[in-house]
Amino acid sequence: MTSTILQAINGVSFAALLFLLASGFTLSFGLMRVVNMAHGAYYLLGGYVGLTLAEQTGSFAVAILGGGAAIVVLGYLVDRFLIRRTGENHLAQVLLTVGLAFVIGDVALAIWGGDNLKVPVPPFLRGAVELPGGVYYPKYRFVLIFFGALVFAVLWILYRKTQIGAVVRAGVDDREQVSATGINIDRLFVMTSGLASFLAGMAGVVGGAFLTLYPGAEWEILVFALVVVIVGGLGSLEGAMVGALIVGLLDAYGRWLLPEFSYFVLFGPIALLMLFRPRGLFGTEH
Amino acid sequence: MPETLLSVREIHTYYGDSYVLQGVSLEVAQGCIVAILGRNGMGKTTLIRSVAGLTPPREGDILFRGRSLRGRPSYAIAQEGMAIVPQGRRIFRSLSVRENLVLPTSGLARGPRSMPVDDHSRRWTLELVLQEFPQLAERINHLGGALSGGEQQMLAVGRALMANPELILMDEPSEGLAPRLVQHVEEIMRRLKARGHSVLLVEQNLALAMAVADEIHVLSSGRFVFHGTPAELAGASEILDQHLGVAATRFA
Repeated sequence: MTSTILQAINGVSFAALLFLLASGFTLSFGLMRVVNMAHGAYYLLGGYVGLTLAEQTGSFAVAILGGGAAIVVLGYLVDRFLIRRTGENHLAQVLLTVGLAFVIGDVALAIWGGDNLKVPVPPFLRGAVELPGGVYYPKYRFVLIFFGALVFAVLWILYRKTQIGAVVRAGVDDREQVSATGINIDRLFVMTSGLASFLAGMAGVVGGAFLTLYPGAEWEILVFALVVVIVGGLGSLEGAMVGALIVGLLDAYGRWLLPEFSYFVLFGPIALLMLFRPRGLFGTEH
Repeated sequence: MPETLLSVREIHTYYGDSYVLQGVSLEVAQGCIVAILGRNGMGKTTLIRSVAGLTPPREGDILFRGRSLRGRPSYAIAQEGMAIVPQGRRIFRSLSVRENLVLPTSGLARGPRSMPVDDHSRRWTLELVLQEFPQLAERINHLGGALSGGEQQMLAVGRALMANPELILMDEPSEGLAPRLVQHVEEIMRRLKARGHSVLLVEQNLALAMAVADEIHVLSSGRFVFHGTPAELAGASEILDQHLGVAATRFA
């Protein structure tokens, strides 16, 4: 019984991290139709930058903001000088951004080395909280769940309730008409892409504090984020949230109940879902 | 003589590999309605899209208030004071009626010259647009995709007005509408003109164009074959017969 609950908390806290990464990915795909496979590398690099900042300044907040900001700059340069040249060619985008992810990964290896590194967490987030029944659970993971929920709430209000959110939704519907309405679509793309980059970099810092950072982590997290986006439906914020919860929980229970088959527990149900809802749970036609 | 607002000069536009507009020129004067008639596939929509910057011409030039629009993205052209009511309305389906209407007032749509400073009393606001189209006021919180064809047409016009354009490009506003609603479109066009807007209208509905336009061009296979007033077109039986497919007696 206790283990069941603990695994649920494990799953939901992992889901909170996946949501940070997948929400940006799904929004930028929905609006710009760009498949950016370097998103995992953005996560890892953001984490490393945050790690260095946390060690230098001792501030976790600086690490989160700095890790996000570093990726905003990198993401802008990548969009402006590389991805823009691919136009609407998804295959070229995938090849370009996969290649880019390898380059980023190697540069990170050269700078930060191949060991598992952990972003230091401030003392008030360390330790464990006691749950009813005398079980202890890491405090950080609880905070992560609240943080994920907070980011979802902020993004949801921004997307559903503000005028700029309406502009983004209109762009998901019909980009050409948005531009013909006088909306500076280039600036809108830069803003949306910047938000996605920031979320990815921030996710790296937050995730690096409990999953640690190491070469190859970018691909592991990318696979999970892609599954979240596909399950939820490309371009759907609500889908990213529900998809993250499904993937997080399946992963946690799979590792616990059937450790030899944990990938099967994750991908089996998702293959079934794809059979009946190829656009994902909240996906619409593009 | 009113000032020339839009001047299209010898434009050649391709759609992919097909050569659609083969040297087309026209002018729209301030406060006038200029209609383009022609059968399907003659290049009418391509002409509207060329002016709006959605399918830029390969050769020739388009001037708006005397300034060339060459090489400018469609949003920059719209910000100069041009709005489009596109073919098929192209309402943002997942936005509410209100969100559709206020979209052009976004900070991202504010160009350097989009605010005609002279006459603030003429400016459209959400309240004025809803007065003009009371049906939209009733459905203000409905999703754009849930409206009927006629309501979507009103929304498309309302959305264009919210940008406070000097020139409105209208691509087949009567398409797919019941005769009663076509009558309504005609009234709307007259009111737009009365408020000082200029309109470049593309139509297949001859009667509508004849009723509202100051000038008519007839487009056939990418070239203009007629330019004149509605009265002159009514007398040009060969044009009516060959290029528009109507018996001349109808307007004789």
